[in-house]
Amino acid sequence: MIGLSHYLIVSALIFSIGLIGVLRRRNLLMLFFATEVMLNAVNIAFAAISHYYNDLAGQMFAFFIIAIAASEVAVGLGLLIVLYKKYGTLDLDDLASMKG
Amino acid sequence: MENLVYIALFAPFASSMFAALFGMSPRQTFVGIVASSLLFISFVASAILAYHVYSTGTSIHVTMMEWISAGDLTIPFGFLVDQVSVTMMTVVTLVSTVVHIYSIGYMDHDKSFNRFFSYLSAFVFSMMILVMSDNFAGLFIGWEGVGVCSWLLIGFWYHKEDVTREENPSISPSWAANEAFIVNRIADLGMLVGIFIIYWNVGSLQYDVVFADLPNLSSSVLNAAALALFIGAMGKSAQFPLHTWLTDAMEGPTPVSALIHAATMVTAGVFLVIRANPIFSMTPEVSFFIAALGTFVAFFAASMALVNRDLKRIIAFSTLSQLGYMFAAAGLGAYWIALFHLAAHAFFKALLFLGAGNVMHAMDDELDIFKMGGLKKAMKWTYIYMGLASLALAGIPVFAGFFSKDAIIETAFNEGTYVLWAILVITAGMTAFYSFRQVFLTFHGDERYKEAGIHPHEMYKFVLIAMSPLAVLAVIAGFFMGGFQEFVTKLLPNYEMSHHTHELIWYLTAIVLVFAIGGIWLAYKKYAKGLKRDEKLENSFVYKLLANQYYIPNFYEAFITKPYAMISEMMWKNVDMKIVDATVDGIAKLIYKSGDGSRKMQTGNLSNYLNWMAIGAVLLLVVAALSAMLG
Repeated sequence: MIGLSHYLIVSALIFSIGLIGVLRRRNLLMLFFATEVMLNAVNIAFAAISHYYNDLAGQMFAFFIIAIAASEVAVGLGLLIVLYKKYGTLDLDDLASMKG
Repeated sequence: MENLVYIALFAPFASSMFAALFGMSPRQTFVGIVASSLLFISFVASAILAYHVYSTGTSIHVTMMEWISAGDLTIPFGFLVDQVSVTMMTVVTLVSTVVHIYSIGYMDHDKSFNRFFSYLSAFVFSMMILVMSDNFAGLFIGWEGVGVCSWLLIGFWYHKEDVTREENPSISPSWAANEAFIVNRIADLGMLVGIFIIYWNVGSLQYDVVFADLPNLSSSVLNAAALALFIGAMGKSAQFPLHTWLTDAMEGPTPVSALIHAATMVTAGVFLVIRANPIFSMTPEVSFFIAALGTFVAFFAASMALVNRDLKRIIAFSTLSQLGYMFAAAGLGAYWIALFHLAAHAFFKALLFLGAGNVMHAMDDELDIFKMGGLKKAMKWTYIYMGLASLALAGIPVFAGFFSKDAIIETAFNEGTYVLWAILVITAGMTAFYSFRQVFLTFHGDERYKEAGIHPHEMYKFVLIAMSPLAVLAVIAGFFMGGFQEFVTKLLPNYEMSHHTHELIWYLTAIVLVFAIGGIWLAYKKYAKGLKRDEKLENSFVYKLLANQYYIPNFYEAFITKPYAMISEMMWKNVDMKIVDATVDGIAKLIYKSGDGSRKMQTGNLSNYLNWMAIGAVLLLVVAALSAMLG
């Protein structure tokens, strides 16, 4: 029987994959994907816990996250395009211009 | 009457502030005139107060305002005008008025003329606070105030360079000023401790409260308080071993020497003992110590004056010696005699110093009496003044010093302290000798100054006239002895000679007179005809010992100043630099290094920042988890 802990473990695994992506990736676009992966890992956790407690608030929150993530991606991709047009690259090592 | 008290007190302050307005501007004669007039007003107010206290026999006690009020401690700015303080006020303002007028002439060519008057009046104001205050705190403020003014005035010619001790025993005005200030600081610590002991045990600093409460105190507390207060008096009155500063203080302008280092400030120690006489009369051991030390200093200072060649230093040693006499009288319980000698001494010693100032003025600041001689033709009035003052100092009958000094010597006999008596009698002979050695070497004999090409001239007329009140008082002050006794013993304990002493009084006086006249005669024989240098005597051990002040300044330098400087340098290099500074620098370096180290985080690379953020988040998670587990 698949219980809450299974869902949470999956969620944690996906979150870790996303986190590693955020930490290791150098391409901004890939960073975005990794962020989306983390958001969705959280969504899984929300949905599972909401079901477990029989409280719809968590699922509603997951919907909110999906909506906000979509708009965030829209804005973020727009910015990335501008950035790419300006510098010709999306590699973070080449974009480091604010070295202290 | 209350207004007169404030006028007497604040006229010198107004004078000081007025002169200070012109402190940086070039010489203005009117500054001196205004200052002198204000001082004269203060003198008149003091004289009226003295008459009031004399005629009514009551004292005036005013409280200007609350000054400190914290918990149980209340110290008002209160002023007490009674028989003792009014005597001091009159003497101080009279001598200061004369000295102010004198300074208009003496400082004529000095470019800091205005500044000088500002300091001089500020000194008088501090001195008035010292004598008029009705509590120990006010006394202490005045005490420190005169110390600061003394420092300012000794170092008045601060621009003079330091020279070696062989060339000038006081090295330089600024050196002498610092010496005076530091030595006084040592003694003031004793004074402060004395005041603290009194407050700790009585809970008040008002004279009347303290003196009323004395019978309730244990004798050890009384002894400690008396001794500590006397240490303060020793510094201000330059008693051994804190005496070296007074002769070095002669680096200041001569009017300063006359006012501060002869007539007023140095007598503050004697004043303190007289003022606090209820404490000292309850501590016979401390009082005897005071008398013994006073007698010793009288002899010790007179011996150094015998061979000195510096006109002002001779008078300074004589001041020391006379202060010793005053302490001897005060220590033996004859407070009113000490106060009388204080007043008489103020007149003739100020006169003597001002006369010396005239000689300096005439001799282009030359002070070596071996290079003078025969000045009486050129400076008739100065000769008369200094002659009168020296007669008074030597204790020749009808002059002021005869009455006051003789009374002190009789007191020593009356108390049965024959050793003190014998020393004081011998000192009286030495006093006569050195005063007239100086007079004869300066004014009689061959005119040695001609070799240096100096053309001496008499001082301005108005200066000579201004000095005349002091000359008159130096002659006649002694006749008021009976009235003075009646006046001040309303407040001070009376002191009468016993019947036995009374019978012997003619013999005692005759013995003192034989010594005094013998001293003068010896000086006349040796020096009146002219200076004959005696190489053998001058190279003898005793002569050298005396001329070098028993090598005490050298001793202090070798065993106190130099080791102290070495310790200071060691502390500076080892403790200050290596511990204190190193700690402060270490903290600064740590912060700088940590900042410099963490600067490397700022790579500008977003990926690195995200890593740091993740590390932070993990840390926060760990902290939250730990606190959840532990809490």
